[in-house]
Amino acid sequence: MTHDEAIRTLESLGDIQCACTKKLEDKFSGKDGKRHIVICGGTGCMSSNSKEILARLLELIKEKGLEDKVTANIVGCFGFCSKGPFVKIFPEDTLYCEVKVKDADRIIDEDIIGGKIVEDLLYVDPATKEKVKRQDDINFYKKQERIALYGCGTINPEDFEESLGYGGLVAFKKALEMGPEKVIQEVLDSGLRGRGGAGFPTGRKWQFAAVQKSDVKYIVCNGDEGDPGAFMDRSILEGNPIAVIEGMMIAGYAIGATQGYFYIRAEYPIACERIKIAIAELEKAGLLGDNILGSGFNFRVGIRYGAGAFVCGEETALLNSIEGQRGMPRPKPPFPAVSGLFGKPTVINNVETLASLPYIFRVGAKEYAKIGTETSKGTKVFALGGKVNNVGLVEVPMGTTLRTLIYDIGGGIPNGKEFLAIQTGGPSGGCLTKDELDVPIDYEPLVKAGSMMGSGGAIVMDEDNCMVDVAKFYMEFIRDESCGKCTPCRIGTKRLLEILIRITRGNGTLQDLDDLEDLAKNIASGALCGLGQTAGNPVLSTLRKFRKVYEEHVIDKKCRAGVCKQLINFKIDPEKCKKCSMCARNCPTNAITGVIGKEPYVIDTKKCIKCGTCVTVCRFGAVSKE
Amino acid sequence: MRIRQEAKTKVIEICDRYKNEPSPLMLILSDCQKEFGYIPLEVQEVISAETNVPVADIYGVVTFYNFFTLEPKGKYVIDVCTGTACYVKGSQNVSDKFAELLKIKAGQTTDDGLFTLDNVRCLGACGIAPAVSINGKVYPKVQLSQVGKIIEEYRKKEEA
Repeated sequence: MTHDEAIRTLESLGDIQCACTKKLEDKFSGKDGKRHIVICGGTGCMSSNSKEILARLLELIKEKGLEDKVTANIVGCFGFCSKGPFVKIFPEDTLYCEVKVKDADRIIDEDIIGGKIVEDLLYVDPATKEKVKRQDDINFYKKQERIALYGCGTINPEDFEESLGYGGLVAFKKALEMGPEKVIQEVLDSGLRGRGGAGFPTGRKWQFAAVQKSDVKYIVCNGDEGDPGAFMDRSILEGNPIAVIEGMMIAGYAIGATQGYFYIRAEYPIACERIKIAIAELEKAGLLGDNILGSGFNFRVGIRYGAGAFVCGEETALLNSIEGQRGMPRPKPPFPAVSGLFGKPTVINNVETLASLPYIFRVGAKEYAKIGTETSKGTKVFALGGKVNNVGLVEVPMGTTLRTLIYDIGGGIPNGKEFLAIQTGGPSGGCLTKDELDVPIDYEPLVKAGSMMGSGGAIVMDEDNCMVDVAKFYMEFIRDESCGKCTPCRIGTKRLLEILIRITRGNGTLQDLDDLEDLAKNIASGALCGLGQTAGNPVLSTLRKFRKVYEEHVIDKKCRAGVCKQLINFKIDPEKCKKCSMCARNCPTNAITGVIGKEPYVIDTKKCIKCGTCVTVCRFGAVSKE
Repeated sequence: MRIRQEAKTKVIEICDRYKNEPSPLMLILSDCQKEFGYIPLEVQEVISAETNVPVADIYGVVTFYNFFTLEPKGKYVIDVCTGTACYVKGSQNVSDKFAELLKIKAGQTTDDGLFTLDNVRCLGACGIAPAVSINGKVYPKVQLSQVGKIIEEYRKKEEA
């Protein structure tokens, strides 16, 4: 097929989709008589040289004259980032993990030419020690359901034909046949709620905008993923850009918009590039522009870059940013659905929300609503990170418990350490402890447990993390990111941080703990936007669940995790000390004395600045914190 | 300080790129930041003349966003990720180590103009925490003991 000519009718789009589907099926099943190598092109794997691996593979394919029999290309994120880079071979569906550039030769020689699996590149199940050949048989993937991440790790995100062959634009075609009203009804029936964190029903948001009478309306995709430790939106945009644009086209059609904007963080260059490529392909095919597929629907899409301001994830601040102003929130009402971008009715949807739409229309709202819980339908993508064995991108049905997320999918806590807490909802969310591991992932139950769904950051912490320090970390972040428009947030967060710093330095009082709580609550009731109203959450939730740890810092002047430097002392165990003098030679303040080869070394705690250098350089583990 | 003619021409060319956009300021600033590495007042004045947006407003926007800077950055910008996933795995210590060896604080540039050290919020590479990115090249799972070697790598590149 060629799509060099614009596609003008629904029928011709259908024909092209059929041809692309057949081609892709032949690729995966090997019916085309070839073998295909795909490599993860997500950000994590790219930084572990997946581009170089691809280059080497292509070089070898050429060198050995295999061009007619073997292909190799980049695909989107596999999700299992801690085991990357991934290389997959079709039609056998063999998955190699933690591949290095030098392994490319063996993959070509042993597997592609020799027909034998390269055993030592297979994933090894840590529990059973068995080698696993296929992705679906890895525990990490077993309890997942891929809807928003559909196509990620399978199709080449820069190849328009592969997207079309993998269900691309099937949903949009259906939507055009349904008409705008039925489209909105379908989304209402599906029960889809906004995946940016607040969980507002997507269909209702659309309804508000659809009834507005205006010559111009806008759809904005919020890709300003600011929660530090979250990368769901990034991976979706990188892995299946056409699906997100398709979601936007459906939304635009439903509310009668003519223009869509992607607002993507400038820190995500690969995502920006792939969206740009996808927009160009759609324009070339006549699927963006005027009178799309003869339906009379005109729609164009542009990109705007976020410039590093967390508050721009708040929808009205985001609109100001697109308009070229400081990204400060606007008071609501009026809501954006009434008066948004350039004063026109605007719907702002998160990347994951838009990426779920094609699936809903492909299988039907009824089928989609079977997934999840009574109040929350479908799936949620989490960026599981921190102190957990399997770090990566995880998509689970709503209602899955945190225990399943952390232990079955995440593989538990590394190095036999004790689980301490999981932070969901990023800086605006809260922490949940081991007593709350059986809470189902769902908007309301998470709030009830003292946290929130948020956009999908899920950071696991173990016994080596100090929750006061974590609260301080988040507060520093919020203080930096407060836009300064309203006083409670601008000044309140600064004061909260000052108190926390005082406590972590051992200068806190019990009064400070009460003040923290008071102040945090005041900020929540007085701030203008969502960021401000939730600014006190890291403090409130850690205080509620780890008050004892706070009290230890204040009363005993102790940090049991050994994180707060002013509250710890370093000590050398004379039994373990090999008298090598390594610590003394590296100590920046000459606080360590001893005699090389004769007397064990000792730290003078008065001179010690607690930099931790001695712990790092000691090869015998003789230096410890207490 | 007067702006050089060729720089002025470049700014005007950038402004022209977005003539048909309804609100081009962010796009213009973003391109200028990429082009010059920073957006000094002189550049803002040219943008103001081209777009009719007051300099005060432009200055307000430039200083609001972390991505735009008024000062030039070093040749190599070291971004230490201090997103939550990296932070709980010790990225603050990594940043401190860079600061100690380069003898600057986070946010500063070395006297020779070679390195700028920045703590950034989440590179989105949480699977390989703690991550450091130097001019876009990402170093995964950075250990304290690697920091010296990484700096050396760039110093050597300069000498060569």
